Amino acid sequence: MSRIKQCFDKLKADGQTALIPYITAGDPEPWVTVPILHALVSAGADIIELGIPFSDPMSDGPVIQKACERALKNDVSLHHVLDMVNQFRQKDKHTPIVLMGYANPLEAMGYQAFAERAQQVGVDGILTVDMPPEESDEFLSIMDKHEIDIIFLVAPTTSIERMDKIAKHAKGFIYYVSIKGVTGTASLDVTEVAEKLSILRSLTDLPLGVGFGIRNGAAAAAVSEVADAVVVGSSLVNCIADHADKPEDLPAAVANVLAEMRHAINSRDMAK
Amino acid sequence: MAEQLDKDYYDTYPDDKGHFGPYGGRFVGETLMEALYALEEAYNHYKNDPEFQAEMDKDLADFVGRPSPIYLAENWTRKLGGARIFLKREDLNHTGAHKINNALGQALLAKRMGKKRIIAETGAGQHGVATATVAARLGMECIVYMGAEDIQRQAQNVYRMKLLGTTVVPVESGSRTLKDALNEALRDWVANVDETFYIIGTVAGPHPYPKMVRDFQAIIGREARNQILKVTGRLPDALIACIGGGSNAIGLFHPFIADTEVAMYGVEGAGYGIETGKHSAPLSGGTPGVLHGNRTYLMQDKNGQIIETHSISAGLDYPGVGPEHAWLKDIGRAQYVSITDDEALQAFHELTRTEGIIPALESSHALAYATKLAPTMSPDQILLINLSGRGDKDMHTVAAMAGLGF
Repeated sequence: MSRIKQCFDKLKADGQTALIPYITAGDPEPWVTVPILHALVSAGADIIELGIPFSDPMSDGPVIQKACERALKNDVSLHHVLDMVNQFRQKDKHTPIVLMGYANPLEAMGYQAFAERAQQVGVDGILTVDMPPEESDEFLSIMDKHEIDIIFLVAPTTSIERMDKIAKHAKGFIYYVSIKGVTGTASLDVTEVAEKLSILRSLTDLPLGVGFGIRNGAAAAAVSEVADAVVVGSSLVNCIADHADKPEDLPAAVANVLAEMRHAINSRDMAK
Repeated sequence: MAEQLDKDYYDTYPDDKGHFGPYGGRFVGETLMEALYALEEAYNHYKNDPEFQAEMDKDLADFVGRPSPIYLAENWTRKLGGARIFLKREDLNHTGAHKINNALGQALLAKRMGKKRIIAETGAGQHGVATATVAARLGMECIVYMGAEDIQRQAQNVYRMKLLGTTVVPVESGSRTLKDALNEALRDWVANVDETFYIIGTVAGPHPYPKMVRDFQAIIGREARNQILKVTGRLPDALIACIGGGSNAIGLFHPFIADTEVAMYGVEGAGYGIETGKHSAPLSGGTPGVLHGNRTYLMQDKNGQIIETHSISAGLDYPGVGPEHAWLKDIGRAQYVSITDDEALQAFHELTRTEGIIPALESSHALAYATKLAPTMSPDQILLINLSGRGDKDMHTVAAMAGLGF
């Protein structure tokens, strides 16, 4: 059974919502990424979403775009990102890791080479923002062979017919983009999200994660009422930006931000 | 075999997912997918709608000034001492370049689709000006994203857009040029997808843009093919056009693809020289990858990061190229070559002095390649060059190169 499925099964049994932090690998410096990941797990992360830096992150807002720029100043490549996962796995064998990024670094490395190395170092899932199911046939079959889940996005603009099609391709969990916009730019409307998730639930048994507009504990808690997983990214990356000149402080600082979200979600979970 | 491929070409490319062989496609975030399907459906409907076509034809004639003539450049032909050189005068269009053909088509489509808000990206500002122009005429709100670097290089076009009532948004991210303007326009579209129509200015981006923009620009080649047949009684031996994203080139080439006896040359910007790495010639010095919604040749490093490009001409300063050009290169139907900044500048001056036509720096790349190709051809052969735009916008750049200011 995949680590992602195990994780969701356990949380479901415990009546808990998964918390998924996102950071960009190598931001602001490559050495600090793995310590931050361990700190995030200690602060309550259930699954890690690790961003592959890309020069042209078209679906991201300025916060993650700048994170990519900081990482790329250090020439952080997909190879480095996989090395970081390898290093993380020396100490942590059970927290699922999902890589998130854009198609071109994967194309440059080659799908096959990526899949082999990713499986070897313990990557559990891959979310390629600009690779919709229409363009994923080859990628899907290769990832399948190497037991890596492809996580697909569903957006507020996605029609029901399309949701159904995506649900049939999806593995691991489905990531619902809660706003019309790029990452970190708007606040979500929980009622609207709840409506979409209930449609999605009628189409799939996969867990449903929500991300893109969750900025604080209150929003995270509200989303946890309707979602199986809450993804937070820009607020953590903002914290990294604030401490970019003192990276040694980062594991503790980022963990603090996540701990607030965890606390808010747990309080809500207990009240459910 | 090659001949058969060319005859079947029109029915085969792109396929229904927008693929030209391995190139093209729809590589965008999920939020835009439904919008792309809606656009495709609307385009497929209206392109066969007689009323829409009639409106297009009328505007192309009365507002744009089509058909643009072909012009026999007699002095220049004599000077180069080879093939007879004809110029397709897209520089005579309203707003000064071929860009208006496509901007008009997409804006009329936007109107039919009930969209009130237009966005666009621009490099040299020609597509921005063309879009601002049609938006003004159709009474639509218009926002143009433009790299901060390009805003400096093309101050006059920025002012033209503002006069036309368009909001020009400077893009400060990345290399602050065309690719970053495209990123920013895509971000705007994601956030405002319901009410916004994104007018992409070149034959790149996700399907259906490469096909749709090509179709709107193919009027260049259709007219030129008829005109050259009428004037000379035969098809040209070779076509030359400059390539940034490649819209003027595909516009000229496409109606000639089945004419296998017609050679086609696309000219990329070699900047300081391909060997320096400071150029904008992905077909000559790049590798395939995925950017801005399609798979195509890109300027990228070994890790798939897009690298900064350079060209004297802002309109060519782009790390990608339309996917159909990538395919035409791979199947060998078109040849792709490159011209340096210096060579383009020399051709700019040469055409200006010999023919009294000041070309755009983009088009000057096509002209510069003609100075190499024409002398290798015989006087009974015909060379047809797309003069895609006029040079008014480049006065500052050219003057600065000569150490002059205004």
